[in-house]
Amino acid sequence: MKATLAIQRGAPGEPARVESFEVTFEPGQSVLDGLRALRCEADPSLAFRFSCINANACKECMMLIDGKVDYACTVRLKEGVTALAPLPKKILIRDLVTEIAPPDERLLPRP
Amino acid sequence: MIAQGNKGNAPAHIETDVLVIGAGGAGMYAALEAARAGAAVVLADRSLIGRGGATVMAQMTVAAALSEQTPDHWEHHLADTLAAGRGLCDERLAALLCEDGPHRLREMDGWKVGWAREDGHIKQAQAPGHDRPRCAYVDFLSTGPAVSRTLRAQLNLASGIRRIGELVIVDVALRDGVACGATALHLPTGEAITLAAKAIVIATGGLTGLYRRNSASSNMGGDGYALALRAGAELVDMEFVQFFPIGHLAPRLVGMDPIMWDPFRYKLGGKLLNAEMREFEQDYATRDTRSDGRYVLTRDLATYAITKEVEAGRGSPAGGAYLSFRHLSEAEIRDAFGPVVDRLAANGIDLTRRAIEVAPIAHYHMGGVRVDETLRTAVPGLYACGEAIGGANGANRLSGNAITEALVFGARAGRNAARHALKNSPLWSPRAAYSTLDLLRGAKRRDAPNPAALVRDLKALMADEVGPFRTEQKLQSALEAIARLKTDIGETPFWSATAFDPVLVDWLDLRNMLLVAQSVAVPALARIESRGAHQREDYPGLDEAWCVNQIVALSPGNELTLRRAAPSSGRAAA
Repeated sequence: MKATLAIQRGAPGEPARVESFEVTFEPGQSVLDGLRALRCEADPSLAFRFSCINANACKECMMLIDGKVDYACTVRLKEGVTALAPLPKKILIRDLVTEIAPPDERLLPRP
Repeated sequence: MIAQGNKGNAPAHIETDVLVIGAGGAGMYAALEAARAGAAVVLADRSLIGRGGATVMAQMTVAAALSEQTPDHWEHHLADTLAAGRGLCDERLAALLCEDGPHRLREMDGWKVGWAREDGHIKQAQAPGHDRPRCAYVDFLSTGPAVSRTLRAQLNLASGIRRIGELVIVDVALRDGVACGATALHLPTGEAITLAAKAIVIATGGLTGLYRRNSASSNMGGDGYALALRAGAELVDMEFVQFFPIGHLAPRLVGMDPIMWDPFRYKLGGKLLNAEMREFEQDYATRDTRSDGRYVLTRDLATYAITKEVEAGRGSPAGGAYLSFRHLSEAEIRDAFGPVVDRLAANGIDLTRRAIEVAPIAHYHMGGVRVDETLRTAVPGLYACGEAIGGANGANRLSGNAITEALVFGARAGRNAARHALKNSPLWSPRAAYSTLDLLRGAKRRDAPNPAALVRDLKALMADEVGPFRTEQKLQSALEAIARLKTDIGETPFWSATAFDPVLVDWLDLRNMLLVAQSVAVPALARIESRGAHQREDYPGLDEAWCVNQIVALSPGNELTLRRAAPSSGRAAA
């Protein structure tokens, strides 16, 4: 099966652009599985956070999935288009990565 | 950015007494103890603090001779630990783990970790390889998250600990062979920074991220081993990678740790079946003299049994074994699994109707940085703790010892690093960071090869050729492939000229992972016997002459060297 991931990309100060990628998947695979495959097959520079991959333990892979805040590791890939965007209320770092670290656990205080 | 602004300018710089690298269970405990001893501490992690690493993923149990469930003594725990280690344990470290374990578990209890209780005492389960019920836990697969949360809460209360997430430590900095700080990449800005520290604690966990199927966080590619080697420290027992026999295989399960099945199998007598729907563990049980006949096989033998069934054509469709709970009623399953039943249902899994499939999965590394009983490496000022060290568990780790060692060794390393820091003057010189800063500043944009694909290829290679069952031919072929990958990545980092650059991170990871992969394959090729987690199909059976540890180091010419030493015996002073 094939899924299309329409991903909002860019860094702060740049106009956001949406890039679409097609990924092949097996039923049951997660959006995070798709993003990881995409880095190997299409664009290694795509930035997103994750740590535990599978367990929904680290909570790092939170993003906007079809307009809803959710975890990429628990939402399944589906046929057709899935829209991915960074968290809207957090400071954008790049692509799907936002500043979600507690302020006292950052190197620099950011505005 | 590295190549912009900062070329020629001094990078941002931080000074502290103790730098702890890695904020899993061991690193957090090390930071707490170092601060308690009066040191200023920086706790750095490449992930967010307390989110990466193995501790937060651990769903299982924590072994310690608490004498809550049944009378016990740490010497009994030690006897079991040494037996599981198949003659290779560093007895000083194993004794420290077992003797200190109860103190750390009680301290965690005081910090309200929430150990499961029954009739007013802490409940202790009996796990394979233990002679009695010894393993405490937090209910419903919550042990690791609870341990993690508890330590994070203590970090918040402590003073003198600065936590910095999203910081990739690239190299330990040295001055005249003494550790004096580190050079790091700050992910959100893409800038290099330097840290001066009078003592450094490596708490980066294991290397299971080198394998295709693993139960680890993404950041566990063995960074700490590479940091230690390049700084001049030694590694020990690197050939012993523990595979967890019944990692989840199919159907695709998301939102759960793949090693979740063990406690249920344990509580409920889940049956391990081959394609003929026949239980096969007993066929292999006679090979293990320590089998308790109940929950039969230790991890190394269960891994062997499943792999051999698959090779004999009796595997499940996805290439593992079936794990069945179908002998139980829906009520019994609901009672034991609690809310986990609903999480399984969300994955389309109904245990009353179908067996799931399981297969061995890279889970833990017995080997690691070689330390003495004060957790110090061969490099003055450089300490290590937790899964990142080798020796305490020899050739095979008992279940329940991983979190215990994280807490025990973390605390000890933190305390000793603080003592070292408080009686020594800073040795930092900007010069100590030059070579690493030059490496980072030399980063170039390149379109090929794709470093993410190279990481994937390395993981496949390690799984296929340096997995639980090894041969000379496979190991030789792996070493050749590792050498080719080293040529592919070259000596100049790739990057994509952006903040939070996964291309640069992959390159830095490959620099470490390839060195660490080699550090596993080289001693695996040399050890021509089968012992614990190291199984050579061309040399089956244990050879008494090989009751030695293999020690890996990096020569001044950057070649890996291998030597042998008898396992350390004798006890550390508590």
